[in-house]
Amino acid sequence: MSTEPGRAWSDAPLIFERSRPGRRAGRPPRPDLPVPDLPSSLRRAHPPRLPELSEPELVRHFTALADRTFGIDTGFYPLGSCTMKHNPRVHERLAGLPGFRDLHPYQEDEGAQGALELMWRLQEMLAEIAGLPAVTLQPAAGSQGELTGLMLMRAYFADRGEERDTIITADTAHGTNPASVTMAGYRLEKVGTDERGNLDLDDLRGKVNERTAGLMLTNPSTLGLFDEGIEEVARIFHDAGALLYYDGANLNAVVGISRPGDMGFDIVHYNLHKTFSQPHGGGGPGGGPVAVRDTIEPFLPVPRVVQDGDYRLDHDHPKSIGRVRGFAGPFGVFVRSYAFMRAYGPGLKEMSEVAVLNANYVLARLRDVYDLPYDRLCMHEFVLSARGLKREHGVTALDIAKRLMDYGIHPPTIYFPLVVPEALMIEPTETEPKERLDDFVDAMRRIAEEAAESPELLKEAPHGRPVRRLDEVRAAKQPILRYLFDEHPALVG
Amino acid sequence: MAAAESYPDDLRYHREHDWARIEGDEATLGITWFAQDALGELVHYEAPEVGTTVTKDQPCGEVESVKAVSDVVAPLSGEVLEVNAKAVDEPEIVNEDPYGDGWLIRIRMSDPAEVEALMDVEAYKAHAAEQ
Amino acid sequence: MSYLSLTDTDRQEMLAAIGVSSVEELFEQVPPGVRLDRELDVPPALGEAELARHIEELAARNVHTGAELSFLGAGIYDHYVPSVVDVVLSRGEFLTAYTPYQPEMSQGVLQAIFEYQTIICELTGMDVSNASGYDGMTVAADACFVAKHAVPDRKKIVLAETLNPQVRQVVKTYAPGFGLEVVEVPHTNGTTDPDRVAEQARDAAAVLFQQPNFLGCLEPAPDLAEAANEAGALAIAHVDPMSLGVLEAPGAYGCAMAIGEGQSAGNWPSYGGPHYGFLAARKDFIRRMPGRIVGETLDMDGRRAFVLTLQTREQHIRREKATSNITTNQTLLALAGLATLSWLGPEGLREVGETCLTLSQYTRKQVALEPAFDASALKEVAFRTPIPAREVIRRAREHGVHPGYALGRDYEGMDDVLLVAVTEKRTKEDVDRLAEVLAEVCR
Repeated sequence: MSTEPGRAWSDAPLIFERSRPGRRAGRPPRPDLPVPDLPSSLRRAHPPRLPELSEPELVRHFTALADRTFGIDTGFYPLGSCTMKHNPRVHERLAGLPGFRDLHPYQEDEGAQGALELMWRLQEMLAEIAGLPAVTLQPAAGSQGELTGLMLMRAYFADRGEERDTIITADTAHGTNPASVTMAGYRLEKVGTDERGNLDLDDLRGKVNERTAGLMLTNPSTLGLFDEGIEEVARIFHDAGALLYYDGANLNAVVGISRPGDMGFDIVHYNLHKTFSQPHGGGGPGGGPVAVRDTIEPFLPVPRVVQDGDYRLDHDHPKSIGRVRGFAGPFGVFVRSYAFMRAYGPGLKEMSEVAVLNANYVLARLRDVYDLPYDRLCMHEFVLSARGLKREHGVTALDIAKRLMDYGIHPPTIYFPLVVPEALMIEPTETEPKERLDDFVDAMRRIAEEAAESPELLKEAPHGRPVRRLDEVRAAKQPILRYLFDEHPALVG
Repeated sequence: MAAAESYPDDLRYHREHDWARIEGDEATLGITWFAQDALGELVHYEAPEVGTTVTKDQPCGEVESVKAVSDVVAPLSGEVLEVNAKAVDEPEIVNEDPYGDGWLIRIRMSDPAEVEALMDVEAYKAHAAEQ
Repeated sequence: MSYLSLTDTDRQEMLAAIGVSSVEELFEQVPPGVRLDRELDVPPALGEAELARHIEELAARNVHTGAELSFLGAGIYDHYVPSVVDVVLSRGEFLTAYTPYQPEMSQGVLQAIFEYQTIICELTGMDVSNASGYDGMTVAADACFVAKHAVPDRKKIVLAETLNPQVRQVVKTYAPGFGLEVVEVPHTNGTTDPDRVAEQARDAAAVLFQQPNFLGCLEPAPDLAEAANEAGALAIAHVDPMSLGVLEAPGAYGCAMAIGEGQSAGNWPSYGGPHYGFLAARKDFIRRMPGRIVGETLDMDGRRAFVLTLQTREQHIRREKATSNITTNQTLLALAGLATLSWLGPEGLREVGETCLTLSQYTRKQVALEPAFDASALKEVAFRTPIPAREVIRRAREHGVHPGYALGRDYEGMDDVLLVAVTEKRTKEDVDRLAEVLAEVCR
């Protein structure tokens, strides 16, 4: 691949720069009635400076922005820990059915039987996959599922009259784990990783005591490795009267193969947008249902979806932690994940098998070129290190990521987990064909050669995107976080 | 422009990569060349308030680059007498001159004996080399 | 059915490259004691056509706003969603991208978020907006977390009782973890008394109120904000974006933060989600903002470019000291909001507000029931019903009209209060029909 841009990118003016006073698209209905006055103290004095565009220009604007965005539909997107799998298009059609899309959340239960049944069936399938009996669909995303899980722990111990104030997380944990611990009012303790990439059991034994409320763990870990000592880990916590929380970020590796409940976890969150295929939408939406053991069931958020003859929303749970977001959860997300799970049925196991096969194939073909910090077969993802390339050629994980863009591939997650220097975290997912995996392998191998032959090619990459590397220091030091109209600075490089 | 690596002889050092310049019962504090290099170009310094007290080995502010944030750990205990306004307004000064114009705070020591526990330059150089 | 892509030949070649003879071997790291030794007990796989039929049957068992004449609101509103939203939602690049960690790959979505932030700031009169929160409820908890750190010596949050009950419930769920106590100020004839706010705000970190409030009434919002400010508490207004073409921006009457549910601007009701919550603040709070924020900068060739910025606030860097744990947010829904508000423009947004105002006034006049409160309204009116409101709803639905929300669900002593919502999608004739049915069923 040359350093020449592959295509010419047109300018994309801001929507405010496309605006012309007096132009408009939408014309809301105006009833033939007088407009009443509002109290002057409440009436808007100056109209908001919304853009003024005709519909053709609006459509062109959003088309231009879409063109400058790379999604799974554009190409390979092995962003580790994010499970960027194909989003089936039938999901969009089904979530858009008027019976779902135009259903008001305060519709009487009798008028929402289809929606409630869908949620109830989704709960049943999720419970079977977790190996735990009770499910709430309410949390809005994985990190809210984590927080919900910690609130459940707090309620569980308060109900038992136990005072426990510490949550243990792995040093490989996603940042959401420690952030959730603080938001839930707990104290954080970290446990190390041993040389095989498992939790360090000796370190753990020294830290678990009568103050420990629980563990938060991703399994497989963010290193893409299944914790081989998980049964002993569960024993250590349960013997101390503490609980285990399963961060479902990496569930895509083990659906139908190993269930968190069977591993010993008491509380589990799922990332519907990862394992069960939601369009990620440039950052969201997601869904973060939580499953629990029967001892924790009384504390689940309300309302809950129940079946007793008809389906209904049940608000009557006096021990509940309360509500964590609006209504019964992000329903449109449920339609998509329900459809996804019904398409596979018990074949969800094959989904995970292929995710693991794809990851191991890519790993096998790259392990002689990049450093592999934990020399094991991986699960659905793996972490390489560019430490050797950095030492020998001064090329970093960031440079490799930027150069991949020139090959038409979205970079993997970089610099995470923190325990691996110059980390490249690669998750191909099960929906990729072998050719796309081979393209990626070829690009990564070629980039390793380029690092030796012409490192500046990497350091100056990307060469073929609408913009080149950004001045992020400037963005942080002199933040411009909105368009400022007449006072907008004319930035000069 | 970042400074070249250096560790002045006349300073005392803390293992969390902070330095102290002792002047009577007062001390000027900052972060070492090693610390600013590990962080990269600083974009923000969250300083303690004048009049508050800082405690040895405890955080007494934060320094941030684009992709990292780090506590400034107090090498000594005492009352904050002055905060370097220039480091607040133009935090890159810490990268450019970590031991001079890039100092962070000046304190009146509450326990000057704490100085004895800090490293001298040779000990700190050895410590930084191990990182 | 599945969405897998490997052929049998691919699998054999790949296993050989790995150096194993079967897929099972890849799972040897999973201890036998925790393996599932049976098939998952879930319903059998469906092909796309069967799947569509099954789910269409479920959808058909719901009574949606196109199937009965609906006056339901209470926080989720049946405003018109323009077709330009489809342009955003159907583009695979927006739909199937994730958080723009790599700005060179994501300039389009970054720019769109920057435009969204600008529009939210314009509507609310604030300096900075994040890229979205989960919904109108969780952003209230986020705002309390900001207040906790911005006013560290105060451990109390004051909520107006007229604030959406679900918002209050979420704040109460989060508050114990934040170490905050929650106090509610009761309403006085449908609105909140600034004097009672002033009294409670003296030792509070923040005061949250809603404009227009959940009972449909317009609050004396500037007076509430002033009461909070004078007591040294942050004033936080929960507002409806579709009202802000006619109602004053919270920034103009002294609020520190403005939050709200974005659904009314560009999202379908969708049985409660996914929607987007917005959170905007004065610039004093930039470093305490939760969630993603996009900023403008330059690339190395001096071209304008957009990037996620001030990321040291966030969980992936600041971890246990982060301003929030939020990661996945609601960007796609927020972009639908950007498209809708751009389609309306300033004139259209004002017209939507005026149409709601006109129709709510007309409803108040036409419906032969006593209004429950005296205060003026924007798009919702509460009426006293001679029989329980839930019974009115049940009977009216038999006539094909859903007349609104029973406030007794949330407020003691309001079992006979019905909250009726009108949007620009309702007509004068629709309101006449509502009046007729209510007269019939309340007889």
